[in-house]
Amino acid sequence: MTNVSISGVDFKNPVIAASGTFGFGNEYMNYFDVGRLGGISSKGLTIMPKEGNNGMRIYEVASGIMNSVGLQNPGVEHFIKEELEDMKKLNTVVIANLGGGTTEDYEKGIELLDKTDVDIIELNISCPNVKHGGMAFGIKSKVAFDVVSKVRKLCHKPLMVKLSPNAEDIVDMAVKCTEAGADSISLVNTFKAMAIDINKRRPVFDNVSAGLSGPCIKPIALRMVYEVAKAVDVPVVGMGGISNGKDAIEFIMAGATAVQVGTANFMKPDICVDIIEDIEKFMEREGINNLSEIIGIIK
Amino acid sequence: MSEKYMVKNVFSNEKIEEDIYEITIDGKFEGNPGQFYLLRAWDEEPVLSRPISIYDKDEEKIKFLYRVCGRGTEILTKLKKGDEIKLTGPLGNGFPLEKLKGKVALVAGGIGIAPMLYLAKKLKNSSLDLYAGFRSGSKTVDDVEKNVNKLYLSTENGEVGHKGYVTDLLNVENYDVVVCCGPEIMMSKIIKMCDEKKVPLYVSMENRMACGIGACLVCTCKTKDGRKRSCKEGPVFLGEELVIND
Repeated sequence: MTNVSISGVDFKNPVIAASGTFGFGNEYMNYFDVGRLGGISSKGLTIMPKEGNNGMRIYEVASGIMNSVGLQNPGVEHFIKEELEDMKKLNTVVIANLGGGTTEDYEKGIELLDKTDVDIIELNISCPNVKHGGMAFGIKSKVAFDVVSKVRKLCHKPLMVKLSPNAEDIVDMAVKCTEAGADSISLVNTFKAMAIDINKRRPVFDNVSAGLSGPCIKPIALRMVYEVAKAVDVPVVGMGGISNGKDAIEFIMAGATAVQVGTANFMKPDICVDIIEDIEKFMEREGINNLSEIIGIIK
Repeated sequence: MSEKYMVKNVFSNEKIEEDIYEITIDGKFEGNPGQFYLLRAWDEEPVLSRPISIYDKDEEKIKFLYRVCGRGTEILTKLKKGDEIKLTGPLGNGFPLEKLKGKVALVAGGIGIAPMLYLAKKLKNSSLDLYAGFRSGSKTVDDVEKNVNKLYLSTENGEVGHKGYVTDLLNVENYDVVVCCGPEIMMSKIIKMCDEKKVPLYVSMENRMACGIGACLVCTCKTKDGRKRSCKEGPVFLGEELVIND
């Protein structure tokens, strides 16, 4: 049995497509029945539509990619009116990923999403806080605690908070977010990173830094998931460079109830199906009847 | 037409000239001029597949012309007959063949020649001129004259054709429609030329891509109607739609 449960929501398997790599799911329907997935986390939404960043948006590095999309998205209202109904028909858990530049943005987004059929709301606290000089909400635990507390009051749906690996103290961050009312924690978002174009003698990205993801971050992400899962008593959803079944099982053994797959979707459009099948094969080979037998077995 | 992920076999893979290779893959493939496939002949590293436009195809094979410019294309050069290669596609919108009527100028810079040669072959238009600019002489245009009325050639080193840029040779007023694919600097120049003379222009963008199928939004370009995805609404855009940063 590959099924898992997070905050009362049942997933047929622990593999969730990560926000920003999977749109709203429909593009991938040409390649496989996305109803095979445990869930889909939507493209990151903001209360107002966003054009995203100028300049280079993607750059490849050793075993990874850097992106600077800048949350280009059609806005929460468009999502609710134009995308959600189709997404709900995909027969998988629908997670709405919400970002914001101010606490008020998050509150407005939550109020709208709370009235819809989304199964879970995933709060992206890696966004720059415009009132704090652009430092992300997810760097200082206290700032994150404040925004999660306020959102929690308005949110009647399961609330998953997605942590940034750039947090000053990832374990304290996770603890504070659960104290503020998070029903589950997902981690990690991309690492703040940099690349330079030596011929042009300037940074590759207009914003200087960009988010690093892919296999190169996996060992660090795994360590963070392990430490967080030990420290909190809510379910943890692990991600960071997961590209195959073995990677996914490592995160599960480290304490993740489910995993998200992001960058690897770019390697092969139906890679999530391969990962699900690899997990099933592993369970069969090892005589595991229920995933709960191995979640967090690493002490 | 439906896009697919496929594992196929290499039929041949030949070096045409310095850094330029032609790979032929067995199988019947869909796709029109200006559309592309993601090519991949490795497992997890490098992370991204390589978007390469269709160079030619028939009932049994498809061809891609590629320039070696990084780790991915370097791996592609090592492929031999029978080796496996993964393809995703056909992707993108392709050129609007029905709109390319009358006197047509195709303008290509560097490896931008690849989709243009396939387009020329498919258009079968006797008043089609090809403008091709390279750094130095290129064999890729050797037998192009069977598909075009006239070839205008330029090289930066003056090895063959006009010494300089292909845009030096082009008077867009002589044409009903212009199609262009090449480096950004050439493209923005042609956009300006066509804008001034009010000549319709189609541009094939060469933005970097990640998913290639419309989900990740890393390849979007600015248009007057908001950002559009090069891999989905593009790579071919109407020149007047594009907002080019100077």
